[in-house]
Amino acid sequence: MSHLVAVDPLFNGSVSWSVLFVVVIKVVIAFVILLVSVMLYIWGMRKVIADMQNRIGPNRAGPYGVLQTLADGIKLFFKEQSIPTTADRPVFRLAPYLSIMPAFLMFCIVPIGGTVSILGHRTFLQVADLPVGALFILAMSGLGVYGVMLAGWSSGSKYPLLGAVRSTAQLLSYEAAFSLAILGVLIQAQSLSTHDIVTLQAWHTAASFVRDWFWVRALVPFGIFLIAATAETNHPPFDLVEAEQELVGGFNTEYTGIRFAIFFLAEFMNVITMSAIATTLFLGGPSGPGLGFLARANFVNVWLMPVLWFTAKVLALLFVTVWLRASLPRMRYDKLMALGWKYLIEIAILWVMVSAALVVGKDQHWNPVIVAPVSAAIAIVAFSGLYMAIPKAGEHVEEFH
Amino acid sequence: MGRLSGFNVTLRQMFKPRLTTEYPKVKRHKPERQHGRHVLNRYEDGMEKCIGCELCAGVCPAHCIYVRGADNPVDDPVSPGERYGFVYEINYLRCIHCDLCVEACPTEAITETKLFEFSFTNRADAIYTKEELLVADDGRAQRMPWELWTGGEDDHTSAWMRATAAGGAAEYEGRVGWSGELGFGVRPPERGQSDLVPSQADTAPHFDESGPGH
Repeated sequence: MSHLVAVDPLFNGSVSWSVLFVVVIKVVIAFVILLVSVMLYIWGMRKVIADMQNRIGPNRAGPYGVLQTLADGIKLFFKEQSIPTTADRPVFRLAPYLSIMPAFLMFCIVPIGGTVSILGHRTFLQVADLPVGALFILAMSGLGVYGVMLAGWSSGSKYPLLGAVRSTAQLLSYEAAFSLAILGVLIQAQSLSTHDIVTLQAWHTAASFVRDWFWVRALVPFGIFLIAATAETNHPPFDLVEAEQELVGGFNTEYTGIRFAIFFLAEFMNVITMSAIATTLFLGGPSGPGLGFLARANFVNVWLMPVLWFTAKVLALLFVTVWLRASLPRMRYDKLMALGWKYLIEIAILWVMVSAALVVGKDQHWNPVIVAPVSAAIAIVAFSGLYMAIPKAGEHVEEFH
Repeated sequence: MGRLSGFNVTLRQMFKPRLTTEYPKVKRHKPERQHGRHVLNRYEDGMEKCIGCELCAGVCPAHCIYVRGADNPVDDPVSPGERYGFVYEINYLRCIHCDLCVEACPTEAITETKLFEFSFTNRADAIYTKEELLVADDGRAQRMPWELWTGGEDDHTSAWMRATAAGGAAEYEGRVGWSGELGFGVRPPERGQSDLVPSQADTAPHFDESGPGH
């Protein structure tokens, strides 16, 4: 147990009731934050897309329509929940929860603030700091596939099954690029703990933005992460899972009422979580300049500013996803697969190999000017060998441009 | 920009003013000849204009008008002449407000107001009878409880005819070729179409601009 949460100073002493209480508070707050932010994100997304399409968007429920999502949720909650007669009932009921749990659990390891004191205990502002945090991200994003797959399979209906097959293929394909992109950061950070990764990106001077934050040192993985995360969350332009025009809604076709709402919630929760993880891994998490005219130990600098920086970065990333949604048409399925398998994975592997060689070379005092091209050349030779070894299909498949 | 220029397009839209009129809060000016709920007009002396000829029912593409004509009672005629419409019903569940009935009517008995905001909760309300369609003694349309009259909808009930000649011929433009109406008398022609200079025509439809709110 002490190994799992060793670094959080909360667990340095004996585990007392107040420590337990702090943990419970953190879990509850994280859950509430995530739910509320999903509500606000869906509203904000609809507003921004409306702006981008020269519409007004939701403006009826609450000021500026901010309660629209809540109203939709309440409506869905009171709707009838039908289950098809051909459905596998226990699995059908279980699937929405399998979908939402990983989304929430993934958020638990994201540090949303600095080290603070709650009830006299010093602790990190994150639910859990696992020494294997990065692996946990991968595990949870992998588990999320089950919700979608089982939902489609247990519906006992054609279109959900097709949607589920598509999405499983898509999620598994991009899981590889996603993992390799994270690996790009882990090589730089040399730690799996999200807290360590954020600490390494701490704000010292204005140059930290370029020098310490990983988005420069892992620029290509950052791009690949954003693309792969968009695909993992089934967001446009990778929303083939719920291609309404083709699949009558996809894996959730047979779902109604609150179960449908939970899938919806999970999808948008995933988007927020992915943005939070991108912030943590590449954009320094909660690090950013504090208010210089206040003392370093001031409440504002310790509590407020890190949380504000984290929120601002996540919001910026969320805006980009909404922008993608408003701008790009859905990709064709073969192009989606081609992008994942033929481009993202190769580029990610290449980057990982070269940066790993550079990191090792730094320890060994090798000349980086020689190490980089040599390792890149080895990687490209290996690729070419593989490429030639794999038999091609008879017809020419149009490539992604 | 090439492939990425689409992002610029969507971003640019964010800073453009919205064109949406937020309908229940902001209502656009109704065009002069808007096709709305019908009225059955009466002459200045209170007599009904409808002669029960059923031309409106015949021309109606939605088959929503039902007319039965009858001989006028000798001692108490309803309309001048031989016949009158003793049943006149319009089913607003079917009416498409095409205005063909108004064009077909030989006596300008049926015209349309500009009222479109009326909704009913049962079939009986949706079928307007002659008693409901006839103008009141002041010459204005009767107001049903489920209708939303915001003012001005029945000011120029048959204005479309007065704007130009009844037959549409240019040489009759501006000349009175219609009968008087209860409460309004013989209305003068508003203006000939040739008076419409382009600048007026451009500014003719004006909008209630209370800001693009959102």
